[in-house]
Amino acid sequence: MAAKTGHLGPTVLRSVDRGRTWREASQPPAFRKAGEGEEARAVQRVFWLTPGHASESGTWFAGSSPAGLFRSQDGGERWTPVAGFNDHPMRSKWVTAGTPDGEFLHSILIDPRDPRHLYIGISIGGIFESMDGGGDWTPLNEGVEADFLPEPAVPYGHDPHCVALHPLMPDRLYHQNHCGLYRLDRPARRWIRVGRAMPKKIGDIGFPIVLDPADPDTAWVFPMDGRTVWPRTAIDGKPAVYRTQDAGKTWRRLDRGLPRSKAWFTVLRQAMCTDRHVRTGLYFGTTGGEVWASTNAGERWSCIARHLPEIYSVTHAA
Amino acid sequence: MVRIASPLRSYTSGASSVTVDGATLHEILANLDRRFPGIRFRMVDEQDCIRPHMRVFVNTSEAKRLSEPVRAGDTVHVICALSGG
Repeated sequence: MAAKTGHLGPTVLRSVDRGRTWREASQPPAFRKAGEGEEARAVQRVFWLTPGHASESGTWFAGSSPAGLFRSQDGGERWTPVAGFNDHPMRSKWVTAGTPDGEFLHSILIDPRDPRHLYIGISIGGIFESMDGGGDWTPLNEGVEADFLPEPAVPYGHDPHCVALHPLMPDRLYHQNHCGLYRLDRPARRWIRVGRAMPKKIGDIGFPIVLDPADPDTAWVFPMDGRTVWPRTAIDGKPAVYRTQDAGKTWRRLDRGLPRSKAWFTVLRQAMCTDRHVRTGLYFGTTGGEVWASTNAGERWSCIARHLPEIYSVTHAA
Repeated sequence: MVRIASPLRSYTSGASSVTVDGATLHEILANLDRRFPGIRFRMVDEQDCIRPHMRVFVNTSEAKRLSEPVRAGDTVHVICALSGG
């Protein structure tokens, strides 16, 4: 768990007993000390935590704001910067602050076939790929729109919100972007905007995207209002999850059990997940402190928790 | 003497003030961290800057840098800045 409690600096805490007790990392993620004339960066918050490849026991990755990548090889006790990204000569061009919240690194993905094959997402910066365990990186943003930039087609500078790689078909990636929903089937390098198949009144803007662990063609999103002033809430106050079962060619609205009106839910990019049951269960948490669950792939929803603080992240613990 | 802000007292087993030696704030905080591992990083970042929501005073003067000298008998106050009302 990443924590930035109140006034204090960021740290990472680890529990090995399902949350009963927590132990702080002895060496939290931190950038290296800047040399003379170098940009001095300090981790403001740890935004993303991902376990490493199954073959690398104890390995974890962390993404931070400002955008930085860190690795632990001892289960999260000590973290070191991944210099291949943090000190990459192109980093200052790839990453732009862009928003009042600053930039941050998220969606750290490891190819289950190869621990050296990594992807990361940066808001704002784009999606990047490494083939050598993080030593070097290349942008992977062809076909992705960036309507907030003056040039229509740029190699980086995009705003992916959440990127997902399918565990059974690792050449397939989806991502929810500030400018739409996309799918990529490697070895292609050009993303396809599958969100164009969403109903026009709904659009394809949102934060999270989650994949069915058993089916690379099935994914769920939580569309939000990205019109005019970008309130980032459920469109017209009518929350709904949308599901594709054909890799984005068509999308179906799923809202049974959700409020019918006056419910301006916001679901952040890490606040939606699936479980691993045979009939896939889905869960999402709102910034208003509610957790909603479906035991039947989104067909019907019920609220399972209320009155919590703002929810940043929901993960199924198995 | 170092007076500890309440959010940091989980590191000092609840102690609101501790006695630590040092001729500068840098030394004081290094010695504090030796006694209470991890406490320094919650107040000072990896570039040795006092974090934005923390304020450090030597007696009644606010310190902006860790090179600030500290004399015997001085009190260092570690305080959480007012943030958000």
